[in-house]
Amino acid sequence: MDFTTGATLQAVCEEKKISIAQAMKEREMTLGNVTEQSVMDRIGVAWKIMKDSATTPIAEPRKSIGGLIGGEAKMMKEYRESGKNLCGEMLSRAMSYAMGVLEVNATMGLIVAAPTAGSSGVVPGALLAYQEVKGVSDEVIYNGILNASALGYLLMRNASVAGAEAGCQAEVGAASAMAASALVEMEGGTPEMCLNAAAMALSNLLGLACDPIAGLVESPCQTRNSIGVANAYTAAEMILAGVKLPVPFDEMAEAMLRVGKSLPFELRETALGGCAGTPTGCALGCKICKK
Amino acid sequence: MNSLSIFDVIGPNMIGPSSSHTAGACAIALMARRLFDEDVKKVTFTLYGSFSKTYQGHGTDKALLGGVLGFATDDPRIRNSFELAKERGVEVHFIIDEKTQVDHPNTADILMEGADGKEMFVRGVSTGGGKMRIVRINQIDVDFTGEYTTLIVKQFDKPGVVAHITKCLADEKVNIAFLRLFREDKGANAFTVVETDERIPQAVLEKIKKNENIQELMLIPM
Repeated sequence: MDFTTGATLQAVCEEKKISIAQAMKEREMTLGNVTEQSVMDRIGVAWKIMKDSATTPIAEPRKSIGGLIGGEAKMMKEYRESGKNLCGEMLSRAMSYAMGVLEVNATMGLIVAAPTAGSSGVVPGALLAYQEVKGVSDEVIYNGILNASALGYLLMRNASVAGAEAGCQAEVGAASAMAASALVEMEGGTPEMCLNAAAMALSNLLGLACDPIAGLVESPCQTRNSIGVANAYTAAEMILAGVKLPVPFDEMAEAMLRVGKSLPFELRETALGGCAGTPTGCALGCKICKK
Repeated sequence: MNSLSIFDVIGPNMIGPSSSHTAGACAIALMARRLFDEDVKKVTFTLYGSFSKTYQGHGTDKALLGGVLGFATDDPRIRNSFELAKERGVEVHFIIDEKTQVDHPNTADILMEGADGKEMFVRGVSTGGGKMRIVRINQIDVDFTGEYTTLIVKQFDKPGVVAHITKCLADEKVNIAFLRLFREDKGANAFTVVETDERIPQAVLEKIKKNENIQELMLIPM
């Protein structure tokens, strides 16, 4: 069993009356010639690494290699616990976790690229905060990860998840599309609604530049991951509420790739434009590289 | 699995910060260490292209050294690879070459020396998402990814050697996914690189070795 587009994925799910998570699991078992147990074991390992990387920097903050970030996840947690947070409990938690994963990544710690290292905070941040606030089991989250991987696979196959090719919209944009779809499925939405949520998340960040200061996966990557979880929750909630986006997922994936290709060279991970190209960004780049 | 797997999307599990500049660099060096097949006493890395410009901020140097010490891309010891190399008495040199033009922006050369003076040179390129290709071993251009079980045969460039190798594999029902032959000069040293779907049993290696034109075998299980 295989599918290569959002439309064929939806058709497979509707014909067999299965979820996107189930379809992705069956695809893996068929094409990889592996057992359900081995797939779920590997998902379990990934989830453990995701949780550790989201929570460790809250207890033990560290400065990044480039020195641009470190300690933000803990700050976000403390502010939330002060009760003054503007975002609700779930989003405030998710922001802290997403930023924590990026801190671990930037200090040479262990993370799961999802789909990339630069966007590795979005899926764990969104899912872990959801699990804690809603009180769901790991099994529910594993299905969320399977669902997210299906959308990520389609974007890797038919569009791009590389900042150097298509900007941050392809990294944090793709990660938030994956997380949005997972949230909709965990909330009982249909495969069609999952695809719509992913399309909406992509459309919300269309055109976002990849402009890392000093070329490092630190700033603005970390705060962009925070925006990624917010984008995932808002897209999921809009779809669950019945809001419609007229453009289907496959067309939106193609649009994302086209927009990415038309981004100037300076805005595709070259550290020449955007935040990196500001006088302050350039000065920080020179300072770090001389170190 | 040849098409994209769940774990190509949710993965790799890796030490940050960059799949191409950290995980990919470690994967190249780990493959070099497996090809060398003994402890490295002295290692010289030469970094080209993007690797030469941004290696410090991405920990490319630590990742390369970690790979040569035998650490996989998800091994937290990568962070301390310089200290661990010192403890193990490994001599480490880095050459930063920003001038030489290379085909791929993320290219690294690794020259390894063992205790008994054995030397091996490996060039690898990091192709994104933690994936890599080995493109040179010693003086010979090769091309393989390590994503399949890989058999590398060093041989004399004589008629019938490749036929002998494929027959030995076929007799054991090992299916070949890719097979390529690379050589220095006509009649001189050559490498056959075979990538297979199945595991290659040790018995096949013994049979392949029996041909007088075979010099050396390296088996890299998946």
